[in-house]
Amino acid sequence: MALLSVSDLSTHFHAQGGTLRAVDGVSLEVGRGETVGLVGESGCGKSTLGKTIMRLVDPTSGRIEFNGTDITVLDARRLKAARRNIQMIFQDPFASLNPRHMIGDILTAPLKVHGIGNKAERRKIVEDIVQRVGLPGDALGRYPHEFSGGQRQRIGIARALILNPELVVCDEPVSALDLSIQAQILNLLVDMKRQLGLSYLFISHDLSVVRYFADRVLVMYLGRIVESADNATLWTSPQHPYTRALMDAVPDPARRRQAAPIYGDLPSPQNIPNGCRFHTRCPLATDLCRSQEPAFRAISPGHHVACHYAEPTLN
Amino acid sequence: MAAPLLRIDNLTVRFPNTEPVSRLSFEVGEGETLAIVGESGSGKSLTALALMQLLPRSAKIPNGRIEFAGKDLLGLDQKAMRNLRGREIAMIFQEPMTSLNPVLTIGRQITEVLTLHEGIRGKAARSRAIELLNLVRIPDPQRRIDDYPHQLSGGMRQRVMIAIAVACRPRLLIADEPTTALDVTIQAQVLDLLDTLRRELSMAVVLITHDLGVVAQWADKVVVMYAGRKVEQALPDALFRTPLHPYTRGLLAASPRLKTNLHYRDARLTEIPGSIVSAAGEKGCPFRPRCTVARDSCAHFVPALVEVSEDRLVACPYSFIPEVAHGAALGL
Repeated sequence: MALLSVSDLSTHFHAQGGTLRAVDGVSLEVGRGETVGLVGESGCGKSTLGKTIMRLVDPTSGRIEFNGTDITVLDARRLKAARRNIQMIFQDPFASLNPRHMIGDILTAPLKVHGIGNKAERRKIVEDIVQRVGLPGDALGRYPHEFSGGQRQRIGIARALILNPELVVCDEPVSALDLSIQAQILNLLVDMKRQLGLSYLFISHDLSVVRYFADRVLVMYLGRIVESADNATLWTSPQHPYTRALMDAVPDPARRRQAAPIYGDLPSPQNIPNGCRFHTRCPLATDLCRSQEPAFRAISPGHHVACHYAEPTLN
Repeated sequence: MAAPLLRIDNLTVRFPNTEPVSRLSFEVGEGETLAIVGESGSGKSLTALALMQLLPRSAKIPNGRIEFAGKDLLGLDQKAMRNLRGREIAMIFQEPMTSLNPVLTIGRQITEVLTLHEGIRGKAARSRAIELLNLVRIPDPQRRIDDYPHQLSGGMRQRVMIAIAVACRPRLLIADEPTTALDVTIQAQVLDLLDTLRRELSMAVVLITHDLGVVAQWADKVVVMYAGRKVEQALPDALFRTPLHPYTRGLLAASPRLKTNLHYRDARLTEIPGSIVSAAGEKGCPFRPRCTVARDSCAHFVPALVEVSEDRLVACPYSFIPEVAHGAALGL
């Protein structure tokens, strides 16, 4: 049984100009100990999907199962209990920490909320996690502004891990950091996964980072998953034209001054194109693509693609 | 050889307590793309602002020279500089939403530049603005010209910024992290556009970025900055094939790449320990506190930039020692 199992999940918002279909029928699984990468452009719905799984945003329809329990319908009290096992790391280490709270208070709060330990025990748990994530020992008595971006992200990670969760949803955890700091944080996330047996849903727009960090990759476009495969398969034989375009758009030292792989912007999620939702930007689109939405089908074991023209991968 | 279009010589920018740019020199030839790469705090954006003379009031330039097309920019008065800015040297910024005025249509913002610098008004200005929107590949420019910035996507806004910047056919465009806020697919479009314009308008580009991939693909020449200093300069091929400075080597080793098979199950990423904050107050080499090959002597003097081959400068006396060049910093 998968640790997290999401089926046919939709999150729609009602906005001026019509319904905004941010997440529009997504099914996915995260296995125990697995790192699943979720990639896509801004506006594709990947962050909303993460927040819906965290139940920070209410789904419109569909089902989220965690450890076999349906958490889509839980009342507040039972939801709180479930949240102990699902935590989140946010993109912006500056915006996600309360500037008026000392690090010690920020890290103790989750323990208090869940009624864990007495004062002395909580202190010990906090000191342990601070050391694990590589923060200096005197960090507890200091405020967020006294730390650099990389250190702040360590604080965010410590806060997410302090309840000893099973699943951590990481929403662009290294995007706001300088390159020299990114590697430190990615290594820390790998260490934490090994030491604490974590599973990650790793949301990122950066393909190179996902290439390194994920066991399995989901590619999202306009509210839907358009391709999913294990890490090695996706990078060596991507089948969806969107996945290929994303990969070709990553600057590559070997190809000097090469033309952009696709033109145009992501269409509005309030006005999703008919047929295949990628057909407005797809270099290979045919009449079939304009009229009929492709099914998300398996083309080889473990490799799913939503494209009429995807072909089985050869191993 | 012809004189370079832009020559920065020994430039220092000083605030009361810090010196974010120290003794920086580089040149940009006509029609050339020079990339300045570095992380936050490396001084790359302040270099651009110094060039445009848009530094905050508390900043001083105690020494150095900025020469553009033979003119000494630091010697120009406000009025002469205003004439030059936007007409001969233009700049685009990272966040197109905050650099555009939200309450004016994009048409108005483009025609403003044309009126100010070239005295073009009314219908003539409007039709020239439509031409410019066309030039930056904005679809349906006759209609889009009356849009407000919030009606455009991030990529479109950056195209509008570029249209404003190239309105007077500048000889030099400074692009400060022009694609950092954009998705990769849009980034590829915008960089492709910038390069096409560079050729069509024979304009030089100073591309400021933290993204090594962007540098590799689009630059003719690269300057690597760390804590206000130039630590390495090279042609992109050479820089990526044989990075010399321990910082450059560290950066390249620390970046996960799409084309390599590096995976967390098999290998750790090579870290650069610490952060750039450690360079503050450092008497010797600013990178010393984070350097894996530092020696005692590194604490006592700032290494000089040495020309190791044609087009190749490096500020590390230990970068030529073979075992260092091939070893430690790459973790090999």
